[in-house]
Amino acid sequence: MVGGPENVPPMGGAPLTRRRLLQGATALAGGLAASSAGFGTVAAQDRRELRFWNLFGGGDGARLQEMQAAFSTATPDIDLEAVTFAWGPPYYTKLAMSAVGGRPPAVAVLHASRLPSYAPAGLLEPLDPAVLTEYDIGPDKFLPEVWEGMQFEGSPYAIPLDIHPFIMYYNTEICQQAGLLGPDGNLVRPQGPDAVIDAFRRAQAVTGELGLTYQTNGVQPWRLFSGLYAQTGGQVLSPDGSELILDDVKATQVLEFMAELTVGSKVAAPNQDGPASVAFFSNKSGGFHLNGGWEVTTFETEGVPFSAVPFPNVFGTDQTWADSHVFVLPRQPNEDPDRLDASLRFISFMLQNSLTWAEGGHVPSYMPVATSPEFAALQPQANYAAAAEGPVYDPRAWFSGAAAPLQEEAGAAFGSVLNGQQTPQQGLAQFRAAMEDMLRTPEPL
Amino acid sequence: MATRATAPAVTGTRGQTPGRTAPVRRAGQGQTASWRSSLAGVGFVIPFLVAYGLFLVWPVIQGFRMSLFNWSLTGSGTTDFLGLGNYREAWADPNFWSSLWHTVLFTLLSTPPLVILSLILALLANRVIPARWLFRLAFFAPYLLPVSVVTLIWGWLYQPGFGLINGYLTRAGLDEVGWLSDANVAMISIVITTVWWTIGFNFVLYLAGLQEISPDIYEAAALDGATGLEQVRSITLPLLARTTTLILVLQVLASLKVFDQIFLLTNGGPNFSTRPIIQYVYEQGFTTYRVGFASAISYIFFLLIIVISLGQFALLGRRRERANG
Repeated sequence: MVGGPENVPPMGGAPLTRRRLLQGATALAGGLAASSAGFGTVAAQDRRELRFWNLFGGGDGARLQEMQAAFSTATPDIDLEAVTFAWGPPYYTKLAMSAVGGRPPAVAVLHASRLPSYAPAGLLEPLDPAVLTEYDIGPDKFLPEVWEGMQFEGSPYAIPLDIHPFIMYYNTEICQQAGLLGPDGNLVRPQGPDAVIDAFRRAQAVTGELGLTYQTNGVQPWRLFSGLYAQTGGQVLSPDGSELILDDVKATQVLEFMAELTVGSKVAAPNQDGPASVAFFSNKSGGFHLNGGWEVTTFETEGVPFSAVPFPNVFGTDQTWADSHVFVLPRQPNEDPDRLDASLRFISFMLQNSLTWAEGGHVPSYMPVATSPEFAALQPQANYAAAAEGPVYDPRAWFSGAAAPLQEEAGAAFGSVLNGQQTPQQGLAQFRAAMEDMLRTPEPL
Repeated sequence: MATRATAPAVTGTRGQTPGRTAPVRRAGQGQTASWRSSLAGVGFVIPFLVAYGLFLVWPVIQGFRMSLFNWSLTGSGTTDFLGLGNYREAWADPNFWSSLWHTVLFTLLSTPPLVILSLILALLANRVIPARWLFRLAFFAPYLLPVSVVTLIWGWLYQPGFGLINGYLTRAGLDEVGWLSDANVAMISIVITTVWWTIGFNFVLYLAGLQEISPDIYEAAALDGATGLEQVRSITLPLLARTTTLILVLQVLASLKVFDQIFLLTNGGPNFSTRPIIQYVYEQGFTTYRVGFASAISYIFFLLIIVISLGQFALLGRRRERANG
């Protein structure tokens, strides 16, 4: 699962084997482990070892393992050794330390939003577009705006596996009764703040409980704010990440809308955590649900009659918060053309088979898959794939990105607005102060 | 009373080994034998000392060194000497003070119930009643659960909407309580969970203390016409004083170290209102990568724990002397 630490059940990760434990411990030992050179060369000499680190638990983890198994069958000369760590800070801490300590994996997964804290710090290898093209993963295989997000100082540093936008789920039966569906049986997307709240209210009239189920703590308040604020044309940080350019008027407008959902119109509960927001949508207590695409399989498993559309146009554009899972090559202490070859073959295979990955609710970023008839037939993913075209990535700064301080501070400040414990003005002032504090903090990378 | 008064004297003689070794030292060959045996002793201790030095003493020294530098988790800033800069920054950091206050508040709220309730439960479970083993097991059982299970159970109990507790409240016609989402209530909810979870440990210590008390004393008191309540007040409580001291010291230290159940239940929220100091250290060190700053905070906290422990020992020690004198 990619949602956030609050979305990941602790038992969701891959089983902890002794080897994994040892590897984690070695990674943690970091600099101290310099003497452990030669560790990991246990594989037979004729097979090339490829170490791959990721942070996928739950359904994503299961699909990843399926893809890895397919890779191992198709590529017997590479001994793939995949390690899954806990989502969030535990993973990012280990990855950064392994790169510093000179024992990084050959390939690792990163959130695109985390590139700003990894690429400039010299923790990643820049990639050569010409070489990538040899492996069918050149720049022409991705949307230009997505590929642009992989660049730092003119070089690409990552290969995107997916885009996972913040979308709007809806219960087809409840929305049918509320008269919100068009003649084609699909939701007529409401537009503008009043129409959106009205749609939630009409669903609420059907359920008798809630119109919208939505997590009001953790990172989610930030994801909602981020997309809405971008729709107003506002930006949080200057492009180089050095200055706070938060527009108080626009941000207040967004926060007032968010407070209207939970405190004003009460179409959503002011105090729902992640599991509860999912459970309330699953048990038909709410007609709509806002979340990332990663809950698709949950609702499929629960047998909820649902579909999903891109996040509504509230303030003038279709933009919505999004992030991408990307493959990166951590900076290695030595050059090894064999390792590079194995790494790129692995990444290329994963991208070409990312239809499996898309079943988990992610939109493939690899165009040959994204434009394939197979993906077009995948519902509801194909319904909201358009959301991937207006992605709002987190602002670029060392303290920004998945599970980084900006998300945490914003989630706390804006969550308290959704809770009704602070006014929009107070929440905004708290966020502003926290960001100014982060900008004053010397960059630790 | 007599047993308690002599107890320190017994440990005293046991501690003074010279009385036993002195005669051996007078003989010449005895001296080499003693040397050999102490060498062997040192040899046996060395593996432990190496591990102790490597994994406790050295990290403590290294941690202090880090706190003087702009030390980053990624290895940069290790030569960027700040002196007491990190300490000054912590001193001026409102987040440091608020998270420190949350830890202190948790300690103030959780210690009294954990000491008093465990005593009451032990007194109840120590009575001769049918199925006594069942009560003992029931009170102790939650302590055996891992923290992840405890927080999972209580997270759902506290759930708004269909959580068990709020379900009962609404059925009784009362308003729902935002157990974990209301900043004014969240810490109390965490204390309730913690009491339920960890009371078994204190309970067992008290139970052991109760079983040390000789039934003769109660019998004598009963012959003198003391009622049950009088027996508890004049016999049980005074004879449990040392156990209470031990429990109090252990409990304050355990409460000050609170982290895991808060991290899993609220992640320090809502809006940082329950974030304990250890979580702030973790966030600064591992999310923001500022190990130097995180070390400075943890050293301030370390100092605080030492001061509290010394204060506790001085206070309780003085009281015991007075009682014995």
